[in-house]
Amino acid sequence: MSCFQTLTDYGLRAIGLGVRGLPKADISLCDQIVLIGSGMIWNIYFAVIALFLGFFAATTIAFAKNSSVALFRIPSSIFIFLLRGSPLFIQFFIVYETFVLLPKVGIDLNLLIAEITIETRWLTRAWLGALIVLFLNTTAYSAQIFYGAIQSIPIGDIEAAQSLGLTDKQINKRIILPTMLRLSWSSYTNEAIFLFHATALVFFSSFPAWQQKGDSLYYASYFADKTFNPFVPYPIIAIFFIIFTLIIIYIFNSIDKRLNKHI
Amino acid sequence: MFDYCVDPQSLDGFYWWSCYLTTVKHISFYKSFLVVFALLGVTVPLILIFGFMGAVARQSKLYPIRLFGITYTSIVRGVPDIIFFLFVPIALDQGIEYLRHKIKCPDWTDPIRQGNDFVVCQLAKMPMGSTEQWIHETYGFFLAALAFSIVFGAFAANTINGAINAIPRAQIETGVAYGMSRKQIFMRIQFPQMWAYALPGLSNLWMILIKATPLLFLLGVQDIVYWARELGGTKTARFTYPHEDWRLGYFIVLLVFYLLLSWLSEIFFNKLTLKVTKGQATLSGMNNKNSGKSSS
Repeated sequence: MSCFQTLTDYGLRAIGLGVRGLPKADISLCDQIVLIGSGMIWNIYFAVIALFLGFFAATTIAFAKNSSVALFRIPSSIFIFLLRGSPLFIQFFIVYETFVLLPKVGIDLNLLIAEITIETRWLTRAWLGALIVLFLNTTAYSAQIFYGAIQSIPIGDIEAAQSLGLTDKQINKRIILPTMLRLSWSSYTNEAIFLFHATALVFFSSFPAWQQKGDSLYYASYFADKTFNPFVPYPIIAIFFIIFTLIIIYIFNSIDKRLNKHI
Repeated sequence: MFDYCVDPQSLDGFYWWSCYLTTVKHISFYKSFLVVFALLGVTVPLILIFGFMGAVARQSKLYPIRLFGITYTSIVRGVPDIIFFLFVPIALDQGIEYLRHKIKCPDWTDPIRQGNDFVVCQLAKMPMGSTEQWIHETYGFFLAALAFSIVFGAFAANTINGAINAIPRAQIETGVAYGMSRKQIFMRIQFPQMWAYALPGLSNLWMILIKATPLLFLLGVQDIVYWARELGGTKTARFTYPHEDWRLGYFIVLLVFYLLLSWLSEIFFNKLTLKVTKGQATLSGMNNKNSGKSSS
């Protein structure tokens, strides 16, 4: 079987397209590269959506933790403590078990264009359930990073804005928010890399891989089990992760340049 | 455990719980918390050694050693830790058996990799096939601990490397002016001071290490996650203590355990920071020096 054939058979196997049965005997290097690469689709999906939504949630929570109103400050502090103080691995288990215990019902959501039935059983599937865990986790870590940055904004900047007659809302938007991002960006880049690496835990640890649709580590360990040779699949997945980590660093550094353009 | 536990079906309320929570399996669950501390106890010294050696390698004047240090730290940082945890134990296991096979069975002619099998002679098995179960388990635990140390050692190497570089240049120049050798400068100026600079990074690493300990479960070690799943799963009426799916409850116990551990560590590190930065010309060092005198 040519490598091109393998690519068409297994290139999108991780999302359920292509040949159903995984290669069992005579596993070639090409099989391993293609399937592990196919699994990367899930890792990228989780990382991109969790980071994107987490960014906005984290900003909100960082401001809430910095607020002088106890009603905002205390819940956000507790949220951050709970999610930063416990292992992600345990969080996956807890959330999965909670979602399994939920009653299986469908909620009809009437959008203007179409009617969608939201079903609670989706929560026990990785694409939604694990995404929620990763989203909450990155929100807590990023919120703490942003909060630390808010705390270290030079007080003179804020006083200058006040003396210019800016309102609190304007100060938040024009002084605190941009300075916060600038100060925290290198730590936030680290968090993005950590989250991307954390996506490898999803299928491997808690959420079942339905119909063998798993992420890259799911396939890598599948091959390591089948061939009893860890020296091929694990280096392959490592190279995949290094490549995408470099891409993350590149993207975040470009944003960093934009944030620091005026300095 | 207790005398009245002979017939659990007849018990309820407090008595039922007191019996349920003291079964043999529950005692194993409580003991498995020690596995977490054992892992931390074994890995922390190794992490510091690996980290220290990695940092020294990165500072080396010899290019190959420096390249090795840089490669080690950057590869480990670029790849998810879980991949190393899965790879290193099995790779070490096969590596050790391969070496023993070459030494102990030199006249073995069959290839070691036969298709999908990894075949070594009986003498080369590590640990020997005939040894007891607990030796196998301990061996697996130490391979896992080594994997943890290699991964976190790379992070520690980065931190320690940064700490060595953070020591004010003027102090090293002073050392040179006094005619100290490179080794003396390292031992007398850089080594004692780097811990203060490395402490924030190392305490952060400790927090990450704590939160990585449940991954032991994936390596087949019978740790707290293993027992939580085992005990929490639905027990039908065939069992002595039937109950529904209680895994959520057991996992919440683990959650509380980890929250407590993180919280106590944070308090400890805040105290330690105060101690090691004492007398240093940094913000925290100055605050510390004044804290005794002024009330502000």
